[in-house]
Amino acid sequence: MKTYEEVLQDCALADDRIVVMTAENRAAIRTLPPQLGERFIDVGIAEQTMIGAAAGLALRGRIPIVHALATFLTLRAFEFIRDDVGIAGLPVKLVGGVPGFLSDGNGPTHQAIEDISLMRGIPNMQVFAPADMDDLASTLPTILNSPHPCYIRYPASTPTQVERTVYDIGRSEHVANGNDVTILTYGFLLREALVAKRILEQHSISAGVIDVRWLKPFDWEGILPLVRHSGLAVTFEDHFLTGGLFSILSEALVRNELSVPVLPIALEERWFKPGLLPDVLAFEGFTGAHLAERIRARFDKRPLSPKRTVHQEAVGIG
Amino acid sequence: MNDLALRVREHIIRMATDGGCFIGASLSCADLLVYLYSEVLNVSPDRVHDPDRDYLLLSKGHDVPALYGTLAELGYFPKDRLKNHLRTNDSIYWHPNRAVPGVEFHSGSLGHLLSVGIGIAMDLKLRKASNRVFVLLGDGELNEGSVWEGMLTAAAYKLDNMIAIVDRNEFQANIRTEALIPLEPLSPKFEAMGWNAVRTDGHDFEALHRAFSELPNESKRSNEPKKPTVIIADTVRGKGLPGIERRADRWFVNFTHDEIRMLLEELHGNAQARLTSDTLMVR
Repeated sequence: MKTYEEVLQDCALADDRIVVMTAENRAAIRTLPPQLGERFIDVGIAEQTMIGAAAGLALRGRIPIVHALATFLTLRAFEFIRDDVGIAGLPVKLVGGVPGFLSDGNGPTHQAIEDISLMRGIPNMQVFAPADMDDLASTLPTILNSPHPCYIRYPASTPTQVERTVYDIGRSEHVANGNDVTILTYGFLLREALVAKRILEQHSISAGVIDVRWLKPFDWEGILPLVRHSGLAVTFEDHFLTGGLFSILSEALVRNELSVPVLPIALEERWFKPGLLPDVLAFEGFTGAHLAERIRARFDKRPLSPKRTVHQEAVGIG
Repeated sequence: MNDLALRVREHIIRMATDGGCFIGASLSCADLLVYLYSEVLNVSPDRVHDPDRDYLLLSKGHDVPALYGTLAELGYFPKDRLKNHLRTNDSIYWHPNRAVPGVEFHSGSLGHLLSVGIGIAMDLKLRKASNRVFVLLGDGELNEGSVWEGMLTAAAYKLDNMIAIVDRNEFQANIRTEALIPLEPLSPKFEAMGWNAVRTDGHDFEALHRAFSELPNESKRSNEPKKPTVIIADTVRGKGLPGIERRADRWFVNFTHDEIRMLLEELHGNAQARLTSDTLMVR
């Protein structure tokens, strides 16, 4: 299995339209400067200039793939992404480092937990949140060939050991079957969701797991049939409750006139406690064990009725 | 060029009614755009997609009536199309849109197109192409930090194919630049950032000719340190209409048809227009 860096290098060496850029954040692309020469462009700590320049390069037919920490990329340079990439519809690929809980001990300034909400609001922007390097590296060539801009949540390096069948844009991966509850997640939290599935099995709760992969385009055709036939959908994400997977699923359900109970697990109106990743997960209640516990509590407290609506779940009525 | 500039100003004035436009900043850069398109830019109506053309980016997009007037006069699109200003059946509005032939990129939010120009200039360097990128900046726009980011990057990447032009009309939206965030001395600021700086009168075509002849050309490029260049063009906001020149309250205007007729007379050196419209609008 090749790494992200190796696949990017292969793609760039095979296609001289590809330009690798960074705002002086080389963690994911350390080996590329000598390989790509002048097609490796580091603008320094200047995210706005990086995005503007990427738009200019794309106007000239290049395919820029830019790298910065997810917060600085999506927040500092947001208007440049919206105006120069979004309005023009240019195929600039945006790679955000240490998104969500992966910012570890950096603190709230570095917590990209509204990035999906922001990026999916830009017309024609694709939003990809792979669970691991395997998915990212394998899907990367397709992303680079797409005519649309794309935001990529750069994943943790630990493999999820999931057997994959799809590497397409806009397709989810149905990772595990289960009838009582369907857990929807993205990014490295897939690992915790699989842990939760195993724990729930011991308590005779059958949990399906979907690796959503793409927040936009969202695979509602693949996901909604699974969700509507299980007793409960759980959205599990290291993102603000507002605008992320819970919002996306809710919108898809309402739009399709479906009424399904949804348990959202996300960061609600707050930033998370900084620390090392395992400690953050434990403190914030995002380990597989916590997830299983939340789902079990839900089953114990309120036997599920298919008549409950998304809206009631969201505001906690009933 | 004087005749062309006069006709461009007529177009600008005609766009200042039925919804209005940013007349002051448009009139201040009208001569600059006329000069660039007549004497400097290697581009023509039949080459708007030619990869070997020179690029002009309008970073302070609200002066687009001057660009549209110039492009229409030079045959990039029919002059009649200017009557579509603010009509939803076309794409001619208060800021530039690429749907109009000759417009390289949209703008509106200030401080964006220096960096877009940097990307274009970087690609030209990668291809060892000789075409150049010109970016017209407003002086008020220099308040934006992204412009200074871009200055550093353009100098770091030795983009001697990039020429910024500052329309130094001494006003930002509603106030004199020096009364708010003083910019002077401006040339030394660019020079300290690693740019060549040339200062010129922005309305005198002879002076502009002298200034632009100092741009690095092919032979100079090989011998001199490779630097981007800024041309700081001293201009007058509202230039051509003495009644509104240097007036802080004539930034965005929406005149009556009678006032437009009087302003066209004033432009041609006849009686000064009597303006009654309350035209101080903050946009």
